[in-house]
Amino acid sequence: MGMAIDRDDTQFHVLAVDDSLIDRKLIERLLKTSSFQVTAVDSGSKALEFLGLNNNDADDDEEDEQRDSNTESVSSDEDQDHQDLGLGVNLIITDYCMPGMTGYDLLKKIKKSSSFKDIPVVIMSSENIPSRISRCLEDGAEEFLLKPVQLSDVNKLRPHLVKGRSKDIDSSHKTTSTRLITSGN
Amino acid sequence: MDRYGMQNQIACIRSLFDQGYLDEQFIQLEELQDDANPNFVQEIVTLFYTDSTRLIQNIELTLNSRPINFSKLDDYMHQFKGSSSSIGAKKVTSECAVFRQYCAAGNAEAYIKQEHAILRKKLEFYFQMMGQAAVAQTT
Repeated sequence: MGMAIDRDDTQFHVLAVDDSLIDRKLIERLLKTSSFQVTAVDSGSKALEFLGLNNNDADDDEEDEQRDSNTESVSSDEDQDHQDLGLGVNLIITDYCMPGMTGYDLLKKIKKSSSFKDIPVVIMSSENIPSRISRCLEDGAEEFLLKPVQLSDVNKLRPHLVKGRSKDIDSSHKTTSTRLITSGN
Repeated sequence: MDRYGMQNQIACIRSLFDQGYLDEQFIQLEELQDDANPNFVQEIVTLFYTDSTRLIQNIELTLNSRPINFSKLDDYMHQFKGSSSSIGAKKVTSECAVFRQYCAAGNAEAYIKQEHAILRKKLEFYFQMMGQAAVAQTT
């Protein structure tokens, strides 16, 4: 018997990044109201830590993930499985203006990472600056939301998550068939 | 809650909207409150109060230091404007925007202090109102 991948198809896991306590509380409530599972962190470096990416070298993340035994990280091998099981992150939503690493910096690091470049990234900002918005979208952000973020904005996110999930389903089906074959069934 | 008490509280909140203290964002917060999260509005308003108090203190410290670090001041005001906008504190948000313009223009310290004092007074009054509004939400 092959391994059944048990998954609640409606539960997506969103990683929210914002240095403002109030905005974190707000985005968490917005996401939970929309039935998303939420992890909220207060900085880009904490976000990378959560994902298991070393801050310094998002390019060479395979080496870093093996070094990083303490954090709740996933090695690149288990990566796909974790995403399938819904323990992985399905979307990252981040504030633009943060001290240290901006949301844009975080976006770049995620997109450079071989393990996480396919995770949709959404950027939020209180400032409506067209050049900022187009730069983020050009460099891989799925959406750019103006603060304060509302329920209608969060509803816009679901299609991006479903798109990402069906990518996972395709590759997971391949993995499943492989397992079935090798287990001698 | 008797009918008279309810009407009173509804009138109170309505006047906050009418006077431009609260905007549509506050309604958004109310809509996020439900049986599973009955104290959301009160919790987030309380957070705003704590956060703003901290920011105001930092702003005062910055204003009292020599030379005045305008970039830090702008930073604090940006944070303040952000959180007040998230709460729906319309008047506070626009006051912050004005304040930031004065900072950007590098206006005379005395003028900035004056504006800051006005803002602080408005904020204290505002907190009183918000406190009442928040209580109204949970009953």
